[in-house]
Amino acid sequence: MYDCYQPLSSNGRGAAFYEGVMKNSYLIQTKDLIKRYPIGQTELTALNRVNLTFRKGEFAGLVGPSGSGKTTLLNIVGSLDVPTEGSTEVLGEKIETLSHKRAAELRNRHIGFIFQTFNLLPVYTVFENVEFPLLLLRAAPKERFRAVTNALEWVGLADRAKSRPSQLSGGQCQRVAIARAIVKQPEIVLADEPTANLDADNSHHILQTMERLNEELQTTFIFATHDEKVIQYLHRKISLEDGKVVKDEIKKRKTLEGGPP
Amino acid sequence: MIAFKLAYRNLKGAGLRTWLNVIVLSFSFVVIIWQQGLLEGWNRQARRDKIDWEIGGGQYWHPRYDPYDPFTVEESHGPVPENFKAKIEQRVLTPILIAQATIYPEGRIQSVLLKGINPDQTILKIPTETLRIQMDEIPAVIGSRMARSTNFKVGDFFTVRWRDVNGTFDAAEAKIVGIMKTNVPTIDNGQIWIPMDRLCEMMQVKNEATVLVAAPESRDNPIRVDGWSFQNQNFLLKDITEMIRVKSISGSMMYILLLFLAMLAIFDTQVLSIFRRRKEIGTLIALGMTRGRVVRLFTVEGAMHGILAAALAAVYGIPLLTLQAVKGFAMPEISDSMGLAIAERIFPAYSAVLVLGTTLLVLAAVTVVSYIPARKIAKLKPTDAIKGKMS
Repeated sequence: MYDCYQPLSSNGRGAAFYEGVMKNSYLIQTKDLIKRYPIGQTELTALNRVNLTFRKGEFAGLVGPSGSGKTTLLNIVGSLDVPTEGSTEVLGEKIETLSHKRAAELRNRHIGFIFQTFNLLPVYTVFENVEFPLLLLRAAPKERFRAVTNALEWVGLADRAKSRPSQLSGGQCQRVAIARAIVKQPEIVLADEPTANLDADNSHHILQTMERLNEELQTTFIFATHDEKVIQYLHRKISLEDGKVVKDEIKKRKTLEGGPP
Repeated sequence: MIAFKLAYRNLKGAGLRTWLNVIVLSFSFVVIIWQQGLLEGWNRQARRDKIDWEIGGGQYWHPRYDPYDPFTVEESHGPVPENFKAKIEQRVLTPILIAQATIYPEGRIQSVLLKGINPDQTILKIPTETLRIQMDEIPAVIGSRMARSTNFKVGDFFTVRWRDVNGTFDAAEAKIVGIMKTNVPTIDNGQIWIPMDRLCEMMQVKNEATVLVAAPESRDNPIRVDGWSFQNQNFLLKDITEMIRVKSISGSMMYILLLFLAMLAIFDTQVLSIFRRRKEIGTLIALGMTRGRVVRLFTVEGAMHGILAAALAAVYGIPLLTLQAVKGFAMPEISDSMGLAIAERIFPAYSAVLVLGTTLLVLAAVTVVSYIPARKIAKLKPTDAIKGKMS
C-alpha cells in the first residue's frame, strides 16, 4: 500500500542494512542515557542512566508522572534532543553524533511524531498536512496523492481532505496527525500524550486506530503517557520515575514480530 | 522548489493577512515609482523649458558678456560677425541685444534689462510675434512674474529710461503688448522684451548683439568666431543640473524613507510570524525540515510577498501611472508664486531603469528583511518550539 518509503542511504547504508536492523536486532537502544538540564545555578537530571531497547512492531509506552522524563526520552529517541551522557542508537544511527541535517533526515524518513496538541499546520488543509512529510521526501505527485488518500482512509477522514484543522474536532485533528505520522510508512511513531486533549470515546478510537496500524504495518509505536486509557492498550509498559526506569512489563502479544525483547 | 511550493501554500493559506501585506507593499511600489517619476518628469520639464525658452541649442556670447556681472552689460555688445549673418537669415541663429534701463511703474523706480529680439525668430518660445506691431510707443512683452511685480497688464503704458552707447540718457513710452506665461524665471523677472531694431535704434547701434541663440538642431556644429565664445547646452544648463542634483538628494531621502517603510512592514510581519508560528516551526523541524530549509522557507515567503506585491502594483499601478504620465499632475498655483520653476502640470516620466530598478531593489530589500528574522528561527530549540516556547 505505501510504496514511498526510501531507506536512509546517504551514509552508504542501503536498504539491506536497515532490513537487518529491523528483523534481527533492535530499532532503538539506549545505553546509560543521562539528560541534564541547567536550571539557574543547578542542574535537573531528567533521565538517569536509562538502558532500553525497542524492537520492530512494539506497541510500548513510557509511563510515569509529570517530570519523570517520558517526553525527554521521546525527544532524544526522535533526534529532537541529544543526551548529556550515554548513547542512543536509532536505526543504527547514534543520536549524539548526528548533525542537524542528518537528524532531520532521520526524522523525515523513519520517524513519525504525534503530539498532545496535534501540531497541525493551521493554514494547510487536511490533505496538505498529511502530504507535508512526503513533500519533504520529494515523492512524486501521483505517489503522494495515493499515499495521502490511503492514510486518510486508514484514519477514516478521507471525506475531510479539504477541511482545515480549525474545522475539525479534537479527535479528528489527532487522527489527521496520525495520518501525517504514518503516511511515509515510518519504522517508528513517537506519540507524546496523544490522548491528553481528547475525550474517552475519541481516545479509544485513536488508540484502536494506532493498534490496528501497529498490527497491520508492523510500525513501532512508543507513547509517553500517564493516561490509563492508553496504558490498557500498551503491549509493553515502561515505568519511569525521576528519570529512571523502575519497571518494564510486557504483555504477551501474538502479532509482535521477533518476540518480546 | 519545495520552499517555493510551501511558501506559496503558506501565503495562500494565510489569506487576508497575506493580502494586507501585499496591498501595503504594492502601495509602496507604486508610490516610490510615482514619486521618482514625478521628480524625473519635473527635471526633464525644467531642462526642456530652459532649452525651449532661453538657451536653445547653445549661445554665442560677446567676449565681455557675463550674465552674473551686471556692470559688464553696458559694454558687452558688439557687431554681429559676418559668419553669423547667413545663419541668422536661415533662422538657425537669433541675436539678442541686452541693455540696462529704468522703468517707472506706478510712480516707483525699477531697474530692468531690456532685451531686443527679432520678432520673426522661431528658435525660442518667447511670443515675439506680438512685437511685430507698428506703433509710436515701444511694444513690450513681459513675463507673468514681471507683470505681477509691476502690476502691468496688456495695454498698459509705462516710461522707460536708458543710456545709449554715447552715454546719453533718453526716455520713451512703452506699451505692454503681451504677457507670457513661462516656467523659466531667468527670462521673466526684471526683463522686458522689445523688438531688436527698436533697441538698436535706442542704443544708437546697428546690427549689434550681446548673445546669439542657436537653434537646437545646430547645437553640435558650433561656428568658430574670434572673440565670441560658444556656450553649449551643458554649460548653460549647469545651474539647473545643480538644482536637480540637490533636488535628487531630497528625492532619494524620500525614496529611502518609502523603501524603509516597505521593509519595516515585511520585517514586522516576519518577526510577528516567528513569535506566532514558533509552534509551527517546531512541527516543521520535527517533521524533518532542516533549520536551513526553515530559514529558506521563511525567506522565500517574505520574497513572495514582494513578488505578489509587484504583480498587484502592476495591475493597478500601470494604468494609474500611465494616466498620470499622459494627463500630467496639476501643480498648485502657490508653487509658482513661491518662485519655483514648476509648470502648471508636471508630466511624470517613468524610465525602464526606474521601474526595474525600484522593483528589484524592493524585492531585494524584502528578501533581506525576511531573512534576518528567519535566521533567528535557526536558533530555536525544536523541543521548545514544538511547545510554542521561545528558547
